[in-house]
Amino acid sequence: MLRYFLIRLGQSLALMFGVLLLVFMMLRVTGDPAALMLPREASAAEIEAFRERMGFNRPIIVQFADFLSKAVVGDFGESLHFRTPAMTLVTQRLPATVELAATGLLFAVLIGVPIGMMGGLKPGSAADSLARLLALMGQSIPNFWLAMLMILFFGVQLRWFPTFGRGAWNSVVMPAFVLGLPVMGQIVRLTRSTVLEIRSEDFVRTAYSKGLEPPVIYLKHILRNASIPIISVIGVQFGYMLGGSIYIETIFAWPGMGQLLQLAIGWRDFPLVQAIAIFTSTVVIALNLLTDLVYAIIDPRIRYGF
Amino acid sequence: MASETSPRPADSLLDIQRTWWDRLAFIGRLLWRDKGGMLGLFLFLLVVFSAVFAPWIAPHDPLEQVMEDSKMPPAWSVGGSWEHLLGTDTLGRDIFSRIIYGSRVSLTVGFFGVLIAGTLGMIIGAIAGYLGGRVDSVITNTVNLVLSLPYLLFVVFIAAIFGRSLLNVILIFGITDAPIFARVTRGEVLKIRESGYVESARCAGASWARIVFDHIMPNLIGPLITLATFEMSAMIFYEAGLGFLGLSVPPSVPSWGNMLAAGRQYLTSYPWIATFPGVAIMITSLGMNLLGDWLRDVLDPRLRRARK
Amino acid sequence: MAIILEVRDLKTRFYTVDGVVHAVNGVSFDLAKGETLAIVGESGSGKSVSVMSLLRLIPMPPGRIESGQALFYGSDGPKDLLRLSQKELRDIRGGAIGFVFQDPATSLNPILTVGEQIIEIITRHLHLSRHEARERALQLLASVGIPDPEVRLGCYPFQLSGGMRQRVMIAIAIACNPQIVIADEPTTALDVTVQAQIVELFKRLRQELGMALIWITHDLGIVAGLADRVMVMYGGRPAEVALVDELYDHPLHPYTIGLLGALPRLDVDESRRLVSIRGTPPDLMIPIQHCPFAWRCDYAFPRCWEEIPPLVEVRPKHMAACFFDIERGEPRHDGN
Repeated sequence: MLRYFLIRLGQSLALMFGVLLLVFMMLRVTGDPAALMLPREASAAEIEAFRERMGFNRPIIVQFADFLSKAVVGDFGESLHFRTPAMTLVTQRLPATVELAATGLLFAVLIGVPIGMMGGLKPGSAADSLARLLALMGQSIPNFWLAMLMILFFGVQLRWFPTFGRGAWNSVVMPAFVLGLPVMGQIVRLTRSTVLEIRSEDFVRTAYSKGLEPPVIYLKHILRNASIPIISVIGVQFGYMLGGSIYIETIFAWPGMGQLLQLAIGWRDFPLVQAIAIFTSTVVIALNLLTDLVYAIIDPRIRYGF
Repeated sequence: MASETSPRPADSLLDIQRTWWDRLAFIGRLLWRDKGGMLGLFLFLLVVFSAVFAPWIAPHDPLEQVMEDSKMPPAWSVGGSWEHLLGTDTLGRDIFSRIIYGSRVSLTVGFFGVLIAGTLGMIIGAIAGYLGGRVDSVITNTVNLVLSLPYLLFVVFIAAIFGRSLLNVILIFGITDAPIFARVTRGEVLKIRESGYVESARCAGASWARIVFDHIMPNLIGPLITLATFEMSAMIFYEAGLGFLGLSVPPSVPSWGNMLAAGRQYLTSYPWIATFPGVAIMITSLGMNLLGDWLRDVLDPRLRRARK
Repeated sequence: MAIILEVRDLKTRFYTVDGVVHAVNGVSFDLAKGETLAIVGESGSGKSVSVMSLLRLIPMPPGRIESGQALFYGSDGPKDLLRLSQKELRDIRGGAIGFVFQDPATSLNPILTVGEQIIEIITRHLHLSRHEARERALQLLASVGIPDPEVRLGCYPFQLSGGMRQRVMIAIAIACNPQIVIADEPTTALDVTVQAQIVELFKRLRQELGMALIWITHDLGIVAGLADRVMVMYGGRPAEVALVDELYDHPLHPYTIGLLGALPRLDVDESRRLVSIRGTPPDLMIPIQHCPFAWRCDYAFPRCWEEIPPLVEVRPKHMAACFFDIERGEPRHDGN
């Protein structure tokens, strides 16, 4: 178990390095990062001065070493727009995004798993049709568009929920629902197919042959085994949502990292964009590591196998 | 019962049929049985049709701005006219025509994006699966780790750097989606390798080319086509998303994403501007997902028992 | 001997996409208290399905028990197993009737400990406290011959060998002192040496606990030292039923003879070749109105193709479903 964790940790660190390298390279791949970051009307003199200030004239290796050493302590330079340290701006926005993503995930799991399970246990039934419909809808409806429609209908017409901003408890309902919808679709689909597979396994028959009550069989035997791939997906999806909340946050004016990213792109504030990209990636990588750990706790084969 | 699951050359039900006409009729019957697949195919063809025949079926020039007619609601509402079926936007452009033309962008991005991702991914995956050992290890770990990153974030990041153009969007999707194809290809190649099938073919004297084309490719086609369908649907989504953020094709080009972005500002005043592009995306996506589901069932090599 | 199970005319079908499979076509048999009945047949003969149908352990969406009666003479009077409510069924499963399945590798839940899987059946049927249940589980593990029960209780199935896993399954089956234990090919998935150990274990448990045993197998060799009576099945029907020695000495059905002929024996001249039965097993999707074995039978004559031979008593306590009199070498003509 320890060995498993250490291997995964090592991989995660290697990935972090890869991400830093990628982000670093991306900003320089167009040849002139200074021109990228300054508005088009900037004069040659302004560009040159900027280059000096940011150290773009130094050899690439030196720049990268500098970048790395600063990255390790969380220093990603200053936001061009705000002129304050980029990382601080990002971390300030973290709680809002997490609140959104977590609520969305909660919706997705609380609705998706039971429905998927019902569909898997009784294929061909009404519950199953519902499950498959949900999965299809979750996959096929562009959620940023649905967000707009919901704002129109539930926000403006019915006035049930606030249409923008993060405030009262019900302000998170619509954005979280919309953010979680595609994930819910996936979870329903995965739960359904996993449960369908597992219920025809031999050990489930053994469970029935013991005369156990149906709830025990469904939860302790079927769902518990089914949860292994589901948890894996949940972990990945949560990471996805942290990164993909950009649309939802923009539409609902939710003050999270996604909205900041959209604004930063608009301002061409690349140090800020960079900071957001790296920070989000770090959180996602950490989350994946955590998921693997939970995975190992549930499935003893992984624990002892290593 | 190893033979039940090991791949064999082109042995799906499709290939038992004799002539092309037989195969077509057979596909027709399969579609009829699965109404979902039929609907999916219909919707897909509808979109393809609009894209290909756009200049002939669009009632107006999508770029033409007629200010007197601007901000008109759809034909069936008060103030609308059948001249502009789905209304016009703030610059007086006909929405219906823009949607039809928008399908071109979406399908182009989807098709070429998948083409690039599929080819790239297939090569990488095949190399990893076939060579095995260290090469495989390195490739697989890289692929898995890359896939664990927040995709959207990086797509947006890269798009922001490179600027708005159709080519950029296609390239970005093509490259960033390759790992998924690589992973699936590798899985299939491993299955084929482990079935011992390739060894027997080699013992029988088959050349490499023959092995690749007669034995490996047919088994790859099924899963890859299914995957391609789903990924194409996803790319259409992402293109719309990028357009929404102003990172896709230039604003003059009619794309569903751009239209959504433009319509967002006027959501409460002129909601139709943003609504209809979304419907178009939804229909396309729905069609492709249904089609993909159907393809997955049909191309499954395990459907080999002859039916009465 | 007191009868504990009376099965009459059981019919089970599977309604699949490709057609209807007539898996069990009129199976009847009795089981006496403490008796060991072996049900022998090849794959597809319906031996497993018929017994599993009794407690509805077959997949019921495609499967359907069409007709039949299965009277179980349990501790509270005779009950028809096929007509029990779900709740009553659950009480009998694991409680009055225990099961041992074929493949211990897949029949145990991989993510629960062995102890947990035994304790759960104990707490379900015997109303013991958790602590008492655990004690009993330890006793059970010891009685099925697992060394270090304390340690093993906390182990997961993948940490045990095939033989040990099967012993765990047996422990689960006998945990609540059932009156009948049904073993569906319990040794098929094991090594030969382990097979012998498991058979010995069953013999010992049978003596200690006195339960009736239904042993389903395709291997006539195992049956000899273990069963009291044997029922040979073919094509979803019983072909022959007799006491074990009687069956080996005087096989009456051509299929049984074929099976016996295919057995390697030590007491016969080596030059005698193993006889395999020609032909292939029947396609159960085609409902037939004649003897299912007719295609492969060396003795088939016109009548075999016209009617289904009923299972009748030919010799004392020896039933066979065949129109041909093997011993006399001519079709039977005494009113059958």
